[in-house]
Amino acid sequence: MFDIIFWILALVTVGAALAVVVLRDVFRAALSLVLLFLTIAVIYITLYADFLAVVQVLIYVGAISILIIVAIMLTREVWHGSPPGKLRIPALVVSLLLLGTMVFTVISTKWETSGEPPQQPTTAAIGMSLFGEGGFILPVEITAVLLLAAVLGAIVLIREK
Amino acid sequence: MSVGLEHYLVLSAVLFSIGLYGVLAKRNAVVILMCIEIMLNAVNISLVAFSRYVVPMLLTGQIFAIFVIVVAAAEAAVGIAIIIAIYRSRQSVDVDKFDLMKW
Repeated sequence: MFDIIFWILALVTVGAALAVVVLRDVFRAALSLVLLFLTIAVIYITLYADFLAVVQVLIYVGAISILIIVAIMLTREVWHGSPPGKLRIPALVVSLLLLGTMVFTVISTKWETSGEPPQQPTTAAIGMSLFGEGGFILPVEITAVLLLAAVLGAIVLIREK
Repeated sequence: MSVGLEHYLVLSAVLFSIGLYGVLAKRNAVVILMCIEIMLNAVNISLVAFSRYVVPMLLTGQIFAIFVIVVAAAEAAVGIAIIIAIYRSRQSVDVDKFDLMKW
């Protein structure tokens, strides 16, 4: 049962990603990007990462996709769509080579997997390791500064002169 | 063969390659940004898969994925601001026409 769910998810994910790359209509590409984000949230659920699935839906499906769709609407092109550029064939070759290398490495490596059952639910554990003693509190603070800098930078960049 | 770590890693590799092809081949800057998001999501899948199968009790992979998501959100905001600023001055989002800083 789990295997069938994984294969369906993998097919939908790869299909949605291909649609983002192949479709010439930018708006349809953005909509299939939303589908991709949603299926990746379900993939997180199959990996027992419930908190991360909710974060994925909130941030990617809720915020980033809206941001991208607004950007598409604000930049109406004279030539609608996204035709491939001059580097199409080299890009295809490079990405296929990288794919072959990565798949070969993944398959030929002997992974040391642990047979332990996964921790669930994960929300309390993630909160403890983010904010608890000896956790990741310094990266969290740095991330806050980064977000502030990003918001200020976006406002300054987009302000009318 | 039941689904294991390798399957998730191969799926992540396929998504990453699709995103890389889009980044290299597309001309619309917004589509390039979308492909970068695909690549970041692919990396997140492999991080969470490692967290699930290699260290199931530590959750370090998931925490790393949270940081990746935060940085991706910041990157998307700044990137779209830059694209809109360029569109205002050049009336285009075609990266072939963004040659302002080209020698």
